[in-house]
Amino acid sequence: MPPVAKTNALGLSREEYKGVKSTLCPGCGHDSISNQIISAMYDLGINQHNLIKLSGIGCSSKTPAYFLGRAHSFNSVHGRMPSVATGATLANRNLFAIGVSGDGDTGSIGMGQFKHLVRRNVPMVYIIENNGVYGLTKGQFSATSDAGQVLKYYGKNELPAIDLCLEAIVGGATFVARSFSGDAKQAQTLIKAAMSHRGTAVVDIISPCVTFNNNPGSNKSYDYGKENEIPIHEITYYERGAVPDREEITIEGDYDVITVELHDGSHVRMKKAGRDHDPRSRAQAITLLEKAQIEQEFITGLIYYEEPRPTLADTLNITDVPLVHLPDDKLRPSKDALLTLMESYK
Amino acid sequence: MALNVQPAVQARAQDGKPIINDFTIVAATKNGTGSQTSNNVLVMSLFRMGIPVNGKNLFPSNIKGLPTWYSIRASKDGYVARPAHNDIAVVMNPETADEDIQKLPSGGVCIIPQGSTAARRDDVIFYDIPVDALVKESGVNADLRERVANMVYVGAVAYLFEIPLDVIWQVLLDNFSGKEKPAKINYDMVTRAYEWTKANITKQDPFKYEPIPGGNAGKIVITGNEAGGLGALFGGVQVVAWYPITPSTSLIDAMFENQGIRKDPETGKNTIAIMQAEDEIAAIGAIIGAGWAGARSMTSTSGPGISLMGEFAGLAYFAEIPCVVWDVTRIGPSTGLPTRTGQGDLIQLYTLSHGDTHHIVLIPSSVKEAFEFGWRAQDIAELYQTIVFVMSDLDLGMNNWMSDPFDYPDQPLNRGKTLDLESLTAFLAEKGEWYRYKDYDGDGIPYRTIPGIDHPKAAYFTRGTGHTERATYSERSEDWVANLSRIKRKINNARTELPQPVVMGDGQARVGILSYGTNDPAIIEARDYLAAQGIPTDYMRIRALPLSPDVQQFIDSHERVYLLENNFDAQMAHIIRGETDKDTRHMKALALGDSMPMTAKWIVDQITESEGK
Ligand SMILES: Cc1ncc(C[n+]2csc(CCOP(=O)(O)OP(=O)(O)O)c2C)c(N)n1
Ligand code: SF4
Ligand SMILES: [Mg+2]
Repeated sequence: MPPVAKTNALGLSREEYKGVKSTLCPGCGHDSISNQIISAMYDLGINQHNLIKLSGIGCSSKTPAYFLGRAHSFNSVHGRMPSVATGATLANRNLFAIGVSGDGDTGSIGMGQFKHLVRRNVPMVYIIENNGVYGLTKGQFSATSDAGQVLKYYGKNELPAIDLCLEAIVGGATFVARSFSGDAKQAQTLIKAAMSHRGTAVVDIISPCVTFNNNPGSNKSYDYGKENEIPIHEITYYERGAVPDREEITIEGDYDVITVELHDGSHVRMKKAGRDHDPRSRAQAITLLEKAQIEQEFITGLIYYEEPRPTLADTLNITDVPLVHLPDDKLRPSKDALLTLMESYK
Repeated sequence: MALNVQPAVQARAQDGKPIINDFTIVAATKNGTGSQTSNNVLVMSLFRMGIPVNGKNLFPSNIKGLPTWYSIRASKDGYVARPAHNDIAVVMNPETADEDIQKLPSGGVCIIPQGSTAARRDDVIFYDIPVDALVKESGVNADLRERVANMVYVGAVAYLFEIPLDVIWQVLLDNFSGKEKPAKINYDMVTRAYEWTKANITKQDPFKYEPIPGGNAGKIVITGNEAGGLGALFGGVQVVAWYPITPSTSLIDAMFENQGIRKDPETGKNTIAIMQAEDEIAAIGAIIGAGWAGARSMTSTSGPGISLMGEFAGLAYFAEIPCVVWDVTRIGPSTGLPTRTGQGDLIQLYTLSHGDTHHIVLIPSSVKEAFEFGWRAQDIAELYQTIVFVMSDLDLGMNNWMSDPFDYPDQPLNRGKTLDLESLTAFLAEKGEWYRYKDYDGDGIPYRTIPGIDHPKAAYFTRGTGHTERATYSERSEDWVANLSRIKRKINNARTELPQPVVMGDGQARVGILSYGTNDPAIIEARDYLAAQGIPTDYMRIRALPLSPDVQQFIDSHERVYLLENNFDAQMAHIIRGETDKDTRHMKALALGDSMPMTAKWIVDQITESEGK
């Protein structure tokens, strides 16, 4: 008897969450992230038809072709995917949206749109596949390249790096995490938690570019990540209904274990590891990131979490029924409405 | 010989007869002093008297202090174009008084505050009104004085040229949404000035208004931006993203103001999302995202915003995503002349982006068309699965125009070839396949799905990169060419389906006038003068790009064709000549581009000179 493929709650195999074959360089960090997205969505039993994938331009932004082949996808323009996601999620507020971007796509050309996306709290998971370099245009420095870093063709970077998690928090994001594409378990867990958040969930994943930025001096290489990653906590995701052991929820002020209930009723449980850190504190999150930048520490985990603000759809007070599902007679006012209007211009 | 379209007043008032309902008043004021209310009151009063009227605001790029002119043309013949000059000037702004007086024709009238030191002219009639004294006497609060001072000229004009006070009162009441108190404060000033003028001024000029019973019956007065915004609301637009820029802002304002008609009666929530974006790139990105997800979407901007939207516009064309972009044109880069008009965006709109793009552009010339194209653009965008531009301009957008009331859309929302679960299932059953970019019907228009359809075959991948008809990635030049050719075929097919040119004249004239957009009122007027001078003309008004084949036919069937445009480089001429291999040497491009709405005088002068008459 042939082995029976394992299936998830929807009766689908993991295979059915894949996309087309990747065309990235073998070993590219972005491919592992695609795998982690596939695993997370398979585990969560996500209905792909209710999900949209969006991306900008870059090697990273190509990856939506490589996962969730049954979901609609839009590989848009460089740095402007946030606006496309904003419009798409306003049109249909029932859709889950996953955005994939790069450090160039988000941190340079797209910085403005990124900040306004989080400010508006557009509900989506926003993944930055951060390799500290422009992969697709062959190895220029990006805005997240560290000061002093040396690249083959471009010499030494004299400028300070932009920390995209910090930018997200300052910009008003309510869910901000950092991970490492070499840390599959943590990345998957954070992606699942991000999917359960209501609002923009930013996940900045350090993702080595094996072709242009995997050399010994790089702090975004595999070796560097493996040796230096400091997970601030051990994080576990509990699906809705699978409430973690209540006993373990410890008293405020003692950060051994912190459990947070997410919007959809799921939970994340964070057990203190590398750092004393309460992700519910904005001040602590900012300090943690600034310190890590100064001391060149590669910290990962759920850095900041806040009870979500209203999403953009709520702010604009649009119908609970997705706008695209409204019948035509709700979209075109009546003849009488036009007559009344015309009277008012007489 | 150039025709004297508007001769001096004496010549028009022969035998001492009055000039009735056929003259223009200009009010010269300072920006931000509240003169807009006074001007509106005058326009609406004339309108309610049944007199054909048009108001044009020539305002500065400034919030307060710079000079502004508002001209009010009454025309018994129904001409609504900008006149070449004004007959009567209300000179409230000392800074421009000398210039305003200089510009008057011989026999013209100047209404001027007492004490003005502006240089006088012997051949102009001056009426000196004690504006300050009247305002002081009225006892209104100091903070309102500047505003009500402008009501003084309303009162003087009302007496001198015979606008009934009860009409003004009603217009004031309506202007303040029925609130008696503010209406009264203003009306009090109007009547004071009226009575003072009656008691102290001897009328010496021939101008007067006379009510036309039944005139303007059923008509409305509205700006093009309000019309366009309302059209979009009736077009069922669901997602609007925009960034403020004159002269397009009031289009979105009109949507906000009337958002009430798009509230779901059951829940009280909006059936339309209107979002102010962080810039025009985000605005077009958002409407493309919305269009892709199945919503009707639009933005509104002007030239500088269009320039920023370039890359996304090309993506919408290439990835075949419906959305609508209104361009209410102004002129120049950055600030340019933001409060002046022109048609300089035409080529930019037609070809915006990376190259090899030809966009659909609708060009309304009236408020009625602005409303119609407001909703129709949404249908066209979905029908052709592409970005659709609507090119209006400041003159149409921000000025008040008389019109017949708008017609309710004569067809239901047309979603084009958009498959839902049911139709996708049927499609698959019939054809055994569905590929996003395959031309199943031979018209170049493929079938699309939108996210959210619970069917394993519903999804596809949208990209700006090369793709096959199956929406898979491809760098093969065969695929590229096949795809571009199909899109081109699709857009070319639209030539006969888009709003077709409108023709006036019997088709027998040797001279043809070809134009588009808001040159229309000046052309209508000019044709009458030309005919009177022995130059009968046929007139074709283009309403959309890509061009209808009728345009070439019109050019072919006239001995001489004058192509009138309000831009510097004759952009439509470039488009026409670029798309034909026929001889068009008998077509002469007359391009203006002087920042102002075209006048009949300019057209008549150009054509008579060229015709050697
Ligand atoms: C408007 C525009 N400018 C420039 C480019 C060229 N370009 C393509 S990808 C890229 C950088 C991508 O870097 P990043 O976002 O870090 O992605 P990576 O390839 O490193 O994953 C650039 C500059 C483009 N496609 N569009
Ligand atoms: S160039 Fe770098 S980022 Fe791009 S695919 Fe190759 S390894 Fe990945
Ligand atoms: Mg990069």
